[in-house]
Amino acid sequence: MSTIAEPAEVTAGAKGEPQREWRPPSYWPFVLPALIVVLAVIIFPWAYTIWMSLHEWKVGSPTTFVGLANYIRLPSDARFVESVWHTLVYTALSVALPLLLGTLAAVVFHAKFPMRGFLRGLFILPMMATPVAIALVWTMMFHPQLGILNYLLSLIGLPPQLWVFHPATVIPSLVMVETWQWTPLVMLIVLGGLAAIPSEPYESALIDGATRWQIFRYISLPLIMPFLFIASMIRMIDAVKSFDIIFAITQGGPGSASETINLYLYSVAFVYYDVGYASAIVVVFFALIVALAGALLHLRQRTHWNDAGGVA
Amino acid sequence: MKDTLVSRRAVLAGTAAAGALGLSGFPARAEPQWKKYAGTTIEANLIKGPRGELLQKYASEFTDLTGIKVESEVIPEQQQRQKAVIELTSGKPSFDVIHVSYHVQKRQFEKAGWLADLSGFMKDPNLTAPDLTVDDFSAGGLKFAQNEKGEMHSLPWSVDYFILYWNKELFAKKGVALPKTFDEMAVAAEKLNDPANGIYGFTGRGLRNANMTLWTNFFLNYGGEFLDDKGNILTDGPEAIEATKMYQRLLTKTAPPGVAGFNWMESMASLTQGRAAMWIDGVGWAPPIEDPNASRVVGKIGYALVPAGPKGQYSAAYGDGVGIAQASTKKEAAYLYCQWAVSKTMGARLLQSGGGVPFRNSVLNDDAVRKGVKMPPEWLDSVIGSAKISKLGLPVIVPVAEFRDIVGAAVTATLSGADPATELKKAHEQFRPILERSEKS
Repeated sequence: MSTIAEPAEVTAGAKGEPQREWRPPSYWPFVLPALIVVLAVIIFPWAYTIWMSLHEWKVGSPTTFVGLANYIRLPSDARFVESVWHTLVYTALSVALPLLLGTLAAVVFHAKFPMRGFLRGLFILPMMATPVAIALVWTMMFHPQLGILNYLLSLIGLPPQLWVFHPATVIPSLVMVETWQWTPLVMLIVLGGLAAIPSEPYESALIDGATRWQIFRYISLPLIMPFLFIASMIRMIDAVKSFDIIFAITQGGPGSASETINLYLYSVAFVYYDVGYASAIVVVFFALIVALAGALLHLRQRTHWNDAGGVA
Repeated sequence: MKDTLVSRRAVLAGTAAAGALGLSGFPARAEPQWKKYAGTTIEANLIKGPRGELLQKYASEFTDLTGIKVESEVIPEQQQRQKAVIELTSGKPSFDVIHVSYHVQKRQFEKAGWLADLSGFMKDPNLTAPDLTVDDFSAGGLKFAQNEKGEMHSLPWSVDYFILYWNKELFAKKGVALPKTFDEMAVAAEKLNDPANGIYGFTGRGLRNANMTLWTNFFLNYGGEFLDDKGNILTDGPEAIEATKMYQRLLTKTAPPGVAGFNWMESMASLTQGRAAMWIDGVGWAPPIEDPNASRVVGKIGYALVPAGPKGQYSAAYGDGVGIAQASTKKEAAYLYCQWAVSKTMGARLLQSGGGVPFRNSVLNDDAVRKGVKMPPEWLDSVIGSAKISKLGLPVIVPVAEFRDIVGAAVTATLSGADPATELKKAHEQFRPILERSEKS
């Protein structure tokens, strides 16, 4: 025992430091690189953002400390309040739709049928495209006079729509693009979940005479729940901070009908150069993302789905 | 052999193409010392588009003339503006020459003192060709380039006037004459409007922010002024309200559906596909309109002045120029580049390709240059006519972007039926404190 303890004590003594009970100093060099990286790329930018948010900080003008004035400005800024609302609606829709359609697609593609591999590959193509490039294609398809979408509607006898060119339809239209692109991702995740389910429960369900819906509702769904949570978490974080598709298609318009927090933030920081105010928006935006993610995690905890042994 | 000789001479002549060569007997004073800074390398930060690309394309001619190497970076407009501001704020910009969008950046750059004063260089015969004089620039150009003290902080390069594009075929079909006033234009648009066949009387920018360039032409022709003597913004007065009502009438009754989301691109698509009878926008769109690969209306489009309003007839002007960063250590070499950029040779190329309109009168008034213009003669007439009635299209303030966003949103809102007076008042109240704050700091 004592022979093992001694070298550690010697090392500590050699550096001339008082003995620390909590950790041998010889670990330090290994912790340092990670610590430096974390400090430089996470802690420092954060602290600096908060620091900037407490200043009247306009590019090209001297900065002055204003305390919480930038935060106090937020609730009375109609554009900001509106953008929070747009973000929430946009996020809710772009989580729910891909989740629903992706699960459906996963169930379909889980079944065995000819050319399944090829069709699966085809189905995940949208996911691989560059958002800005597909945004430009969709912009052309949305054109009320010349776009193909209105032509397709006319084929089935529906009146032309204004799509992204009208305040009332702009967010659903953008969500359509988002859904088109990200349903495959949900499908892949859920497909992985379905593949992991053992076949025994299904066999016994069939013997007991369960219908297909019952099998899905009482066997597949509970067992793929963990995967659905992961998918919705990924989708939510992506949708909240979505920028490229919205910016490339509408730039937040018409008016400010599709301006999400991210787009407004971009304008304030890089078009109005109001860095202080933009930092305050970032801080609030971050809090919102943490709150949403927290709510989802809380939900996950409450369902106990991952407590294999029932540990509460 | 002869060809090479001619082009070499043209190159060597540089800015003084016509003047200096013809009068080669004059004392040395007639030509600046082009080669004095040979071997220097300068960086130019340019805006993507016909202007920036033209400068990049012919940069080797400048190098042949001066021995100065140019590294030019051509970036899309919005990103270029951001990059410029961020780098200039840092105090160590990566560029010597900067392409400035006057209508957005003039006041901001002036207040921050980012650009070098070129007045001294312009008086120095060792640096400046004799044909480059302050009064050769149009009045609008000088308004953009000079500060309150009359110092030149950039050289005006290209101006964009707003004109009326009209589809002659559609007009002839309905027996409608070219409108001379806004009221006539609204009536004409209503006659030409034929939604059943997918044809609309008028198209234009409805998208927030972008729409301000169109709206201000209405505002000017209804007698509007952006600022009063004390620098207060005046966009909620009776002129603004009447102008907005006309804008609203045209864009809601006779424009394609979805126009509230249209920028120039969507508007131009309507015109070039023969789906819109009239369009008001900058002069620079003639090349795509006359390009058979991109347009179905080649040869059918007429070019005219923006119709008169009740208080006058103006053409809203937007412009860009080339300046030198105050922080640059190669100002003389950079100045030679700026001078070359706005030279008669380059100005002629700009005008002849239809990519823009040089600010220099000596280029616009040169018959030889005019003859080389590839666009229809009517286009050139509309350019020259617009030059005479041009007014700055945006207020000269720092928060131009906020102004365009806020008032632009109000104007867009009227397209879904909101009341112009109420919307403008709301926008005014939102914008006034922003302007006051920016002027205070």
